[in-house]
Amino acid sequence: MPVDDERKSVTDTPVESGPAPVEGRDKVVEEAKVEIRSDLDIIVARQKGRALAAALEFSPSELTLVATAISELARNIVQYAKRGDILLRWIERGGLRGIMVRACDRGPGIEDIQRVLQGGYSTSRSLGLGLSGVRRLMDEFEIDSKVGWGTQVTVRKWVKR
Amino acid sequence: MEVPILKQGPYLIASIQSALGDNDLVQLRDSLVEQVGRQRSKGVIVDVTALDVMDSFATRTIRDITYMIRLRGAETVIVGIQPDVAFTMVQLGLKLEGVPTALDLEEGIAFLNRKVSTTGKETNARGR
Repeated sequence: MPVDDERKSVTDTPVESGPAPVEGRDKVVEEAKVEIRSDLDIIVARQKGRALAAALEFSPSELTLVATAISELARNIVQYAKRGDILLRWIERGGLRGIMVRACDRGPGIEDIQRVLQGGYSTSRSLGLGLSGVRRLMDEFEIDSKVGWGTQVTVRKWVKR
Repeated sequence: MEVPILKQGPYLIASIQSALGDNDLVQLRDSLVEQVGRQRSKGVIVDVTALDVMDSFATRTIRDITYMIRLRGAETVIVGIQPDVAFTMVQLGLKLEGVPTALDLEEGIAFLNRKVSTTGKETNARGR
C-alpha cells in the first residue's frame, strides 16, 4: 500500500522485556485469511490462529496470548469498521519462526493513534485496552491508519528458542 | 450458542460450554439479571472453565454481570478461570475489580454459602 504523509503510522518493537528485534525479511511459509463480518467470525479467526500457533509449537500459555490478541484485533474490526480481514501467516526470519497476524479494514480510521496506544481510551464498549493490550501480548507491533482510509495492524510473535 | 442456566437451591449456575460470541455473552448477562429476580436467587455462579480466551469484551461483560446482579440484591462468583487465561488477562492489564472469583464450582458454592449466611438478614429484607 502506498504511504503518504498524512497517514499516521507507528512501528515498534516490544514495549517491555521482549526479545531484540529480528533483522531481515519475512519468508511466508503458509497463510490463511479470515473474513470478519460479525462477532462469530471473531471466534473463527482466533480458533484458526490458535491452530496455526499450535502447529508452530508455541507453548500453551503463548497459544492463549496469540488467540486473545487475534480476538482483540478482530473485535476492533467488528466494532469500528463492521467488516475487514484477518490474515494469519506462518513466517520465518533470521532462523526464527513465528506467527504474523494482520488486521485490515476500510473503516473510519483512527484519529489519534498515540492516544489509542496509551490504553484507557475507547470510543466503544470494551475496556479500552484493545490495541495497547495487543501490543503488550506480541513481540512486534505496527499500525497504519488514516481517517477515511482505514486501519491496518500487523503483529508478530516469535517462537522462543 | 445459548448458555444453560440451572437452578440449584437458592443459586443460579451458568456453565459456559464453549467459545461464546459477543451476542451470546450479552444474552447470558440479560437472562441472568432477569432470572435472579424471577427465581428469587441469592447467588449466581458463572463457570468459565471451558473458555479458552477471556478478552477485553468478555472480561467487561463478566464484570457487568457481577455488578448488575449485585444491584438486584444477589452475589455472583466467577469460577474456573484457567491458568493460561489468567496469565493472558494479567499481561493484557485486564482486571476484574470487585468481582469474586473461586477455583471451581465447589469453591464457588462454598463462597456463596458463606456470603449469604453473613448477609442473610439483609437479603431477606429485599423487596419487603
